[in-house]
Amino acid sequence: MKTKNKFKKISGNWYFLIITILIYLFILIFKQDLFFSSLNFFNEIILKIIPIFILVFILMVLTNYFITPKFIMKHFKEKGIKKWFFVILGGILSTGPIYLWYPLLENLKNKGLSYGLITCFLYNRAIKIPLLPIAIFYFGWKYILILSFVMIFMSVIQGMIINKLMNKDKKE
Amino acid sequence: MPKKEIKKIIFNTGKSLWKLFPLILGTILLVSLVIKLIPKSFYFTIFEGHYLISSFAGSLIGSISVGTPVTSYIIGGELLEKGTNLIAVTAFLVAWVTIGIIQLPAEIKILGKKFTFLRNIIAFISSIIIALIIGLIFNLI
Repeated sequence: MKTKNKFKKISGNWYFLIITILIYLFILIFKQDLFFSSLNFFNEIILKIIPIFILVFILMVLTNYFITPKFIMKHFKEKGIKKWFFVILGGILSTGPIYLWYPLLENLKNKGLSYGLITCFLYNRAIKIPLLPIAIFYFGWKYILILSFVMIFMSVIQGMIINKLMNKDKKE
Repeated sequence: MPKKEIKKIIFNTGKSLWKLFPLILGTILLVSLVIKLIPKSFYFTIFEGHYLISSFAGSLIGSISVGTPVTSYIIGGELLEKGTNLIAVTAFLVAWVTIGIIQLPAEIKILGKKFTFLRNIIAFISSIIIALIIGLIFNLI
């Protein structure tokens, strides 16, 4: 029984890693050259991204320190264009898994936040400041900067379309 | 903020990164294997061709993929390094981070079925549009 509970506690992420390692062991038996070339490539990637992950950790600590749902909620009370601005900023700065933010979004929806603004918030969550170092490492700062701006612009367009489609005529 | 609170934030951040650790490690292992196993020409057949088709393919694969943004950066970055076109990789990246297949049930429950479907469909179309805009900006179209 105890062993069964212990297995339940192991997250799916660990199962994923274990399965991947088993695949590698299988390849080691049947195709050694592929095993070693893949492992070499893996080492190259790991060595490249370790320093970036240290930076990611520091940025995550900083955002967790400064940005809380309370902080976001306070600024969502702004009006007009300012509200869009804070929704974009809130989406970008919000951290953690999305389900942590659903209660807040439900609360805000009940308080009159339009579907368009919710769309804008959710879309901008895709832009993660703490993960920017690793994104810049792979794609370059110019590409990431342009992509982020295009995504922010598109998030507003999407918000407007959703507002129309959801037939929301509440004053923003 | 008291020191105790700061320590707690550092601990919780470390804990959330630790939770991702096996996923990131597993992803890098798989990416390494797939890149060595599948010939370069394969990616070209999927992601190359007309920019509309390649952006659609990138968006489709990105939207059905599940994982953290870091995973998409690693896969997208390595694909790009192997010569896959930027338009397809952009569509793939944007769709990966903006379309949430796995959280659909929770989103439907809290924000409603109509909103959730509309939002995800519009996000899918947007990922193609964004990829095309990037293509235009970087003179790929």
